[in-house]
Amino acid sequence: MGEFSKQIQQQVRDAHQSKTVLNIISSNTKSWYGRTPHGTPLRTREHTGIINYQPSELMITARAGTTLAEIAGTLDEHRQRLPFDPPYYGEDATIGGTVACNFSGPRRPYAGSCRDFMLGCTMFNGKGDSMRFGGEVMKNVAGFDVTRLMVGSLGTLGVLMDVSIKVLPHRLAEQTLTLDAGFSEAIGIMNHWAATPLPVTAMACDGRQIYFRICGTPSAVETSRKQIGGDLYEDGLNFWKDLREHSLAYFDDPRPLWRFSLPQAAPHIAIEDANGPVNEADWLIGWGGAQRWLKSELPFDEIQMLAKNAGGTASLFRNGDRESECFAPLPSALMALHRNVKHAFDPACILNPGRMYRGL
Amino acid sequence: MVVLPDTLEEAQNILKLCNQNGVPVIARGAGTGLSGGAMPLENAVLLSLARFNKILNIDAANRAAVVQPGVRNLAISEAVSHLGFYYAPDPSSQIACTIGGNVAENSGGVHCLKYGLTVHNVTGVKFLNMEGDLIELGGNTLDSPGYDLLALMHGSEGLLGIIVEVTVKLLPKPELAQVVLASFDDIEKAGQAVADIIAAGIIPAGLEMMDRLAIEAAEAFAKAGYPVAEAILLCEVDGTEAGVHDHIQRVEQVLQNAGATEIRTSQDEAERMQFWAGRKAAFPAVGRLAPDYYCMDGTIPKSALPRVLKQIAAWSAEYGLPVANVFHAGDGNMHPLILYDANKPGELGRTETFGAKILALCVEVGGTITGEHGVGVEKLDSMCVQFGEHELKQFFAVKHAFDPDGLLNPGKAVPTLHRCAELGRMHVHNGELPHPELERF
Repeated sequence: MGEFSKQIQQQVRDAHQSKTVLNIISSNTKSWYGRTPHGTPLRTREHTGIINYQPSELMITARAGTTLAEIAGTLDEHRQRLPFDPPYYGEDATIGGTVACNFSGPRRPYAGSCRDFMLGCTMFNGKGDSMRFGGEVMKNVAGFDVTRLMVGSLGTLGVLMDVSIKVLPHRLAEQTLTLDAGFSEAIGIMNHWAATPLPVTAMACDGRQIYFRICGTPSAVETSRKQIGGDLYEDGLNFWKDLREHSLAYFDDPRPLWRFSLPQAAPHIAIEDANGPVNEADWLIGWGGAQRWLKSELPFDEIQMLAKNAGGTASLFRNGDRESECFAPLPSALMALHRNVKHAFDPACILNPGRMYRGL
Repeated sequence: MVVLPDTLEEAQNILKLCNQNGVPVIARGAGTGLSGGAMPLENAVLLSLARFNKILNIDAANRAAVVQPGVRNLAISEAVSHLGFYYAPDPSSQIACTIGGNVAENSGGVHCLKYGLTVHNVTGVKFLNMEGDLIELGGNTLDSPGYDLLALMHGSEGLLGIIVEVTVKLLPKPELAQVVLASFDDIEKAGQAVADIIAAGIIPAGLEMMDRLAIEAAEAFAKAGYPVAEAILLCEVDGTEAGVHDHIQRVEQVLQNAGATEIRTSQDEAERMQFWAGRKAAFPAVGRLAPDYYCMDGTIPKSALPRVLKQIAAWSAEYGLPVANVFHAGDGNMHPLILYDANKPGELGRTETFGAKILALCVEVGGTITGEHGVGVEKLDSMCVQFGEHELKQFFAVKHAFDPDGLLNPGKAVPTLHRCAELGRMHVHNGELPHPELERF
């Protein structure tokens, strides 16, 4: 174990002993996500570097503080990429923070999520024990899948030190098409194409048109384009990047931004607030219908009810009251299980407590 | 005692009763597992999910199916075939194995390089804890709030809960699938060809390798038309017609450059099935070569293949036990089949020792002791090679979080620290000696 790792381990051990709450910080590009962070900073940003990258093994292992940009650059030299297309939300974003948030980009429904591509990790639990789970190979069922449990746990179960992730080759060709459609119609159209073998790798709708991205060999892209029809969209590359990074004009808004996770074909939700029907322009649909954004001042409970009625859940993604709960409430038996799992990893409750749910 | 509940309420009552009386419970599906994970224990209740065998809902619009755990893997694909969909994970036992067991083992198959394991194809699970409470994880969405306990249930071998319902993803059937059969006069060249295909930017739907002994056995059994060779590769590409044609051409080129002695590409569905017939019959075919065989299951980085095969061959000579190698080459999951005769005194013991050495070698080269068959009772000792004290303690803490009294499938999947210490393993993990509290001489 390197000197820096030992320092981190010692800080966690000391905090465990003294029951000091830690706030795990790497590049601090995602402090706006989840409930408001509290506690003594545990800085991991310096823990950088790619430890092992074998293009023919389709695998990369990097220290948690390694930036996404460095990883993308290294993979690109071998015409490979992180398959889940992670949003950065800040140029210094690190792989550790991305994994802790389980953030995935527009490709997610068709390729898989950050969690899907995780192969292994080295971590400290809340007692400072150093542990390695999973590995650097794609098929591995030895022991419980703690690696995937760590993904999206917002640092509440352990401090990630390095992660091993499956990578995939770049596609040879890519095109973006647009087709005029409102939200209700778009959900039907997007699900129609998702049910075909065409190599669609992203679909979104802004209420005026649907954006399709098709990727594959040049001839596969060409034949798919003919089948889907619509217009070729020249600036596709930037559109998907701006959607992924929340830099489209839609996201430039101080109101609470809600993320709905719904069955992909769930009908469009028409809602009203005190001022009448909510402006359709407050919605944005991504992931072919599976992820829907809403800018709204509606109360937390009303948003949750809307999501529940549509067969899914909602979370307060950006802005709003972050001292209160941000994520959908869990049924009591499931919440009890969460507390047990938290206790199993962090018995003194010192790692990012309350970042996901109050008391967790 | 074996119990066969018909309803959820019955299963809940059984669990409550067992919980009150401290009786262990072992969930069992079709019993096709390969590591003894569902093996009955003395003084325990064997809870069969055989009657939970209904497909509850097929949601074509959302491309999902809700099924009970006792539904057979293949039955899902059969039930949705008319919609143009299928369920992707295809363990070789798919005709008989059930989806509940697939979740418990996180089963793979020959197509997982491209389509993933069970964990990648399940979006929701309902399970019962020992108190009989029904807990729902995930659903029909791509993600859910809270910890990813859904992932944790996959491969947990019945230690965390009794799975009573599973929501699976359905995929559109590809327009076309074609398979290339390539022969090699040297197994290392075949291994290099695998790396070359990946380096060419192609992710085959399946990429399988067999060595000479496995080829001969499969050919004698299945008459698939396999050539005489030191190794063969089967490389399947699927997708749209245009995409498949492009990739097949590229695969043929790469195999040519890698020194294949013969290359054949399936021209129609019948020929594709014929090419696969030998591979799919490999295990029973090898079974005809000796009274018994022991199927191993480890994963290694693909680059370590030559070293591992050489070492297996050396041990094979040393132990006097032939080995046929069948290999999911695309994802590094190998299945050496050790041939032996259980009627010869001592031969089973030598076979197990040989097998354990292979698994330890898998760990040594950076791999794992089980790729898809699970730990069960079979690989408890090998777990001590792969994991140190802290990881094992953490596994027990996770187990305790779900099942505080340790009544669900006790004694499987995770060895006790005591057992590992008894074995005297001196595995140095992360530079730390296990059980530092014990004196070592």
